[in-house]
Amino acid sequence: MTVVLLSSRRCALAALALALTAGALAANATAAGTGERAPAFSLPTATGDSVALSGLAGKVVYVDFWASWCAPCRRSFPWMNELHQRYAGRGLVIVAINVDRSRVDAERFLAQYPAAFGVVYDPAGASPAAYAVPGMPTSYLIDPRGTIVHVEQGFGDDRKAALEARIRALLGDR
Amino acid sequence: MPPARAVLPLRRACGAIVGALALAAAGCASFQPPQPWEKGTLARPEMQFDPDPLEARIQQHIYTSKEAATGGYGVGGGGCGCN
Repeated sequence: MTVVLLSSRRCALAALALALTAGALAANATAAGTGERAPAFSLPTATGDSVALSGLAGKVVYVDFWASWCAPCRRSFPWMNELHQRYAGRGLVIVAINVDRSRVDAERFLAQYPAAFGVVYDPAGASPAAYAVPGMPTSYLIDPRGTIVHVEQGFGDDRKAALEARIRALLGDR
Repeated sequence: MPPARAVLPLRRACGAIVGALALAAAGCASFQPPQPWEKGTLARPEMQFDPDPLEARIQQHIYTSKEAATGGYGVGGGGCGCN
């Protein structure tokens, strides 16, 4: 009887260990972080031109991943318009990458919240996968050498001033 | 102590269970949940648990007052002291 009990207990232990290792194996991809090289992308605009990150070398680039269904994006767009107005002349380029599956959804959003800055479309989601975007929206501040200097996950009104200070410091550094 | 023959089928059953569990767990590992940028469909109004947010809020307010318990749903009292 003790042998039967022992073996069934060992069986349960083995099963538990197996289940745990299988769970641990499901590891996550690492996100593009501060200090790393910004993954390259080349994506089309609404007019059919393409915007490539490699073509923006020497500029301070603010890459923003957004979607029509992302609620905080409705507040970030007016702010990014302000940024564009203030700093485009000083070397800031804002690239808003739309990740909607359907272009119609993105256009409906843009009709309500117009963008003065560059908007590109990536319905296949290759660029957010390359950056391993942790949430919507997520923005990446990239210095003139192509290094990510700041990752902003989400968008909050209380973060505007700090972000703008970061951008201003980068523009002044050059 | 039972004879060795009685233990053998149990061993076999254990092996089968472990094998089945390993397969099931591996199935979970290969399943890819939607990435943050792929949640457009999940964000649609018809995909929400509560079809009407206002209705859900009112229901929750009544529920907390009847149960004399608050919290857990992000809906607090209205500040009127009648909660």
